[in-house]
Amino acid sequence: MLQNIWLIPLLPFVSSVLLILTAGRLPRRLIAIMGAGSVGLSALIVLAVGMQFMELQTPYSLTLWVWMQVGNFAPGFSFYIDQLTVVMLSVITGVGFLIHLYSTEFMQDDSDYSRYFAYMNMFVAAMLILVMADNLLLLYLGWEGVGVCSYLLVGFWYKDPVNGAASRKAFVVTRVGDTAMALGLFLLFTELGTLQIQPMLEAANSRWVTGDTIPAIAALLLLGGAVGKSAQLPLHTWLPDAMAGPTPVSALIHAATMVTAGVYLIARTHGLFLLAPDVLMLVALVGLFTLLLAAFTALNQTDIKRILAYSTISQIGYMFLALGVGAWSAGIFHLMTHAFFKALLFLGAGAVVHCLHHEQNIFKMGGLRSKLPIVFWSFLIGSAALAALPFTSGFFSKDQILLSAFELHGTTGISLWIGPWLWAGGLVGAILTAIYSFRLVFIVFYGEAKTEPDRQPGWRMAAPLSLLCILSLIGGYFVLPLASVFPTVAQHQVSHLVEGISISIPLIGVLIAWLVYYKHSLPVEGFTESSLGKALRNFWYSGWAMDKLYDTIIVKPYTGTANAMRGEWLDRIYHGIVSLCQGSHALLSRTQGGKMRWYATSMVFGLIILVTLLGWVS
Amino acid sequence: MLLLNLILILLVGGAIAWWSERLGTHWPRLVAVFVVLVDLLYLLNYLAGIPIEQLSVVPAASDPSSWLLAYQLDWIPRFGISFHLAMDGLSLVLVLLTLVLGVISIISSWNEKNDRQGFFQANILWTLAGVIGVFLAMDLFLFFLFWEVMLVPMYLLIAIWGHEGKAYASMKFFIFTQFSGLLMLLAILALAILHHSATGVYSFSYFDLLSTPVENGMAHWLMLGFFIAFVVKLPGFPFHTWLPDAHTQAPTAGSVILAGILLKTGAYGLIRFTVPLFPEAALDFAPIAMFLGIAGVIYGAVLAFSQTDFKRLVAYSSVSHMGFVLLGVFAWNSLALQGAVMQMVAHGFSTAALFMIAGALQQRLHTRDMREMGGLWHHMPRMGAVALFFALASLGMPGVGNFVAEFLVLLGLFAVNPWMTAAAALGLITAAVYSLIMMQRAFYGKPKADLVVADFGWLEMNAMAIMIIALIWLGLYPQPVLDMVQPVLDSLFSVVSSNSITVGAQ
Amino acid sequence: MEGLIIPLNHVLIVAALLFATGLAGLMFRRNVIFILMSLEVMLNSAGLAFVAAGAAWAQADGQVIFMLILAVAAAEVSVGLGLVLQVQKRFKTLDMDHAQKLNG
Repeated sequence: MLQNIWLIPLLPFVSSVLLILTAGRLPRRLIAIMGAGSVGLSALIVLAVGMQFMELQTPYSLTLWVWMQVGNFAPGFSFYIDQLTVVMLSVITGVGFLIHLYSTEFMQDDSDYSRYFAYMNMFVAAMLILVMADNLLLLYLGWEGVGVCSYLLVGFWYKDPVNGAASRKAFVVTRVGDTAMALGLFLLFTELGTLQIQPMLEAANSRWVTGDTIPAIAALLLLGGAVGKSAQLPLHTWLPDAMAGPTPVSALIHAATMVTAGVYLIARTHGLFLLAPDVLMLVALVGLFTLLLAAFTALNQTDIKRILAYSTISQIGYMFLALGVGAWSAGIFHLMTHAFFKALLFLGAGAVVHCLHHEQNIFKMGGLRSKLPIVFWSFLIGSAALAALPFTSGFFSKDQILLSAFELHGTTGISLWIGPWLWAGGLVGAILTAIYSFRLVFIVFYGEAKTEPDRQPGWRMAAPLSLLCILSLIGGYFVLPLASVFPTVAQHQVSHLVEGISISIPLIGVLIAWLVYYKHSLPVEGFTESSLGKALRNFWYSGWAMDKLYDTIIVKPYTGTANAMRGEWLDRIYHGIVSLCQGSHALLSRTQGGKMRWYATSMVFGLIILVTLLGWVS
Repeated sequence: MLLLNLILILLVGGAIAWWSERLGTHWPRLVAVFVVLVDLLYLLNYLAGIPIEQLSVVPAASDPSSWLLAYQLDWIPRFGISFHLAMDGLSLVLVLLTLVLGVISIISSWNEKNDRQGFFQANILWTLAGVIGVFLAMDLFLFFLFWEVMLVPMYLLIAIWGHEGKAYASMKFFIFTQFSGLLMLLAILALAILHHSATGVYSFSYFDLLSTPVENGMAHWLMLGFFIAFVVKLPGFPFHTWLPDAHTQAPTAGSVILAGILLKTGAYGLIRFTVPLFPEAALDFAPIAMFLGIAGVIYGAVLAFSQTDFKRLVAYSSVSHMGFVLLGVFAWNSLALQGAVMQMVAHGFSTAALFMIAGALQQRLHTRDMREMGGLWHHMPRMGAVALFFALASLGMPGVGNFVAEFLVLLGLFAVNPWMTAAAALGLITAAVYSLIMMQRAFYGKPKADLVVADFGWLEMNAMAIMIIALIWLGLYPQPVLDMVQPVLDSLFSVVSSNSITVGAQ
Repeated sequence: MEGLIIPLNHVLIVAALLFATGLAGLMFRRNVIFILMSLEVMLNSAGLAFVAAGAAWAQADGQVIFMLILAVAAAEVSVGLGLVLQVQKRFKTLDMDHAQKLNG
């Protein structure tokens, strides 16, 4: 089976190409079968590969062909399968299939049904290549591929220019990170002579010692790519806007898979990051600040999808925190559980939006608990997992991350003492997470009904929701076989007090949400309506004004400069030369006035001057 | 003989196409396509006949007989001028590109209602002949001749069949190229005279002149003469200002040839002549040249973003892309040069396609102004999808030839100068900005309710399909092109290193 | 032939004065008739110089050249008068400053 792994990305790719070539001429049923079926088949192959791999336990690589060879630069179309890859593959194809299935119903009224599935399948193919790549260049191909598909899907409803702006923003902002990553690739190849990940990490290990400058720069550049793709500070601003796309797209790309590519990249090249402890510390700090910023912002949003978007940013912040403190497996574990419950939440939100005439403002919803029971239960379970309530999947993964942060024992600099602080920051994030996720539940599903649903989700939407519910509940009991991929981490030995705090914090958050948004018994209005409260709310609502900042310091100067230069100022130099020629022409042509007497006179004087000169010379 | 025939077929074919107008207005384009196809098949037939190993033989720089093909005929023996053509892997790649894009350019104007069809097609064929001559000429005098030959028909194409500002644009194009060509002629003559004073014989042969010792100060000036001629053609910043005007005003076929092929003669000249003839001087000059390359990359991208004219936008994107070629050539290592050559080929296809789209839009909407477009995807989904592909190609999407090119250039450049690489990499971001804004302004947004336009027809789709397949092939398996070019690069490296030694020893 | 009785210089001075007069006429007169007459004066001043020089060195060449000049002058006048007629016809004037079609 392992030798057939090339089929995994190929199936969705072929389906996508066929859908593009037929350009919507196929019947809808066939489009749906091709779109969802190809991903489903890939999922089955992944399942078979995973089974076989459990027995083998050794990494497997397969080279299809050498991509390009110039001197010793010879990256191949090569795949590399180890436990980490298998986990990622399972998440992508498994969750991906469920979302595709859901999409077949969600998008059924859209006139561009075929185009939608073409893009979605292309995305899955690119994402699969990203995680299967054996060298960084092929990874970069997948990396850019998912970026392009994200661009296409965010701007899927192209007739509204707002969607176009959001999709361009998503692409360009991530491209900034991608460029940093490309520079990292250049640096790594120039220094180590290969881009093949495993040999490269070995070479790095033998060439450099921990704390060297060059691996730090390389790790920093790769981190640039990771924060771009994973929407972390300072490149997180694109993700909330990316919600302009269809909701299943948000579920697949902007929650479950693509945005976690940065986490995957850092985990995959952890050997390099271990050589640069300062950068690793930076990863943790980026994660911490992002998770806090996004959590505060999520608390103030009114659009159901934007809440989930900021929540995604925040949860990826946790993953970065995990990576930064060296809890690699915990980070990947959270990646997986997050994929389950966040996909569930997005699909649930999609169902709400779908059944509510495309209403996205949560304050215009309410009382949906009895009207959309399936959606209510999925939302409840998803929110519980997101808030990390005990025994849901999110609880296990988040607990691991927080404990690892608490136990951080660095050897240099701030990492010596910062562990508990990271833990405390994570706890603040956790309580905020609980508040905003249950705020959502209470406002949307309780209280009085404000909008009536005009339909109920069919089985193709209900089945993925139910399956994801189950996964969100039991996902925490999965044991990821990542021990051989990452360096081993000591077992947690923390006091029961710390454990107890970690467990109880989300419960307190839920309680607060219940008091404020269900019972309305906590007098928070007094604060939120004061001038300070309003200012703070607006500040948080705008995502800490980061958009405005970038608009002022980058976007406006760029467009301003471009527009000022539009007329090609350089041409003025050339036009100056032309004017000079024309001027001297005008001057000299005066002498050609057509007056015969003038000609005769100038001839005479010319002659006189000539003769004089001749006489003078001789 | 094959090399001579390649040119002759096009020259004579042009005359026939002109004459065939008497048979009917649709005859010239049929004749033209037929002639270019014959030329292409003639070359392919030869290629099929040679063993594959011959492509990997490193051609000796001093000995044309080790090249794939060579043809020599005395012309003005008194001054050592001969009709000397030769082909190696580099020329082969570029000649193939020329012929393929030649076919496409003729197809691109198939439905345009141009008057004087015969003369139009004749000019296209003669331009192609001139370009192929440039790629094959191994005598500098002959090279200059072909350099001029390709210029005049191109001028006529713009001046006769151009759009509203054709007089200004064609004259600007002519003066820029002519003036820079003059500098090159001076440099060629000076080089020949230096050769005469060193050896006592006149020669304009590339192979003789390669080994001409040139005193350092002089070499700088001569190098500059060649450099300016080629950089104007490339076009490099700050000599690019003729290009947006020429492109915008040229008829579609003219734009396709101009962007797809003519610009490549500049890049080819840099690789073939400027650096090998004056390695030391070029090395001294490299930082400035690379700076110009970066300036072109960024400047072109910024200006492309601000344009409202579809064709002007694409024209500025050419400036940006050709900046990468300049960078690649002056980084002067295998990776970067391979990238530069790859960029020449990939840019040839991607930009030609974008100009075809621009031409098709103008034909349908009678405007190039993107402020009057928007929502065209709704009316023309096929054209929109194709435009999307080439927009993505132009921003360097992996899996497409342009990515391979830009990545190799930057990778090669990084070993030479990391900071310059970082600056040039900004071009990757700015390219995304202008490519996507182009899609937005023309194809996305609210469709106009009362617009009725025809989508791409099968002929146009076929031409597009050729270019899409070519680009994806270059993006996923560029090895054949890399393999063809690598021996040439090896040979050039040996020339440059041995020349550097001789100069250094003086 | 006994050579010249008056000194050659005197003749040459007269010729130069004549030439200068003609030249001045050419430069300052506008009427085409007067310009032609000034030209005649200049030609004849040259002829005078030739004749004087021929006499001074007892060579026949001077007279020969003078004959040539006479012939040229006659031809020139006939062409010139033809032009005068054309100028009169086209511009309705004989003022040469109005005939400036060559103005660049």
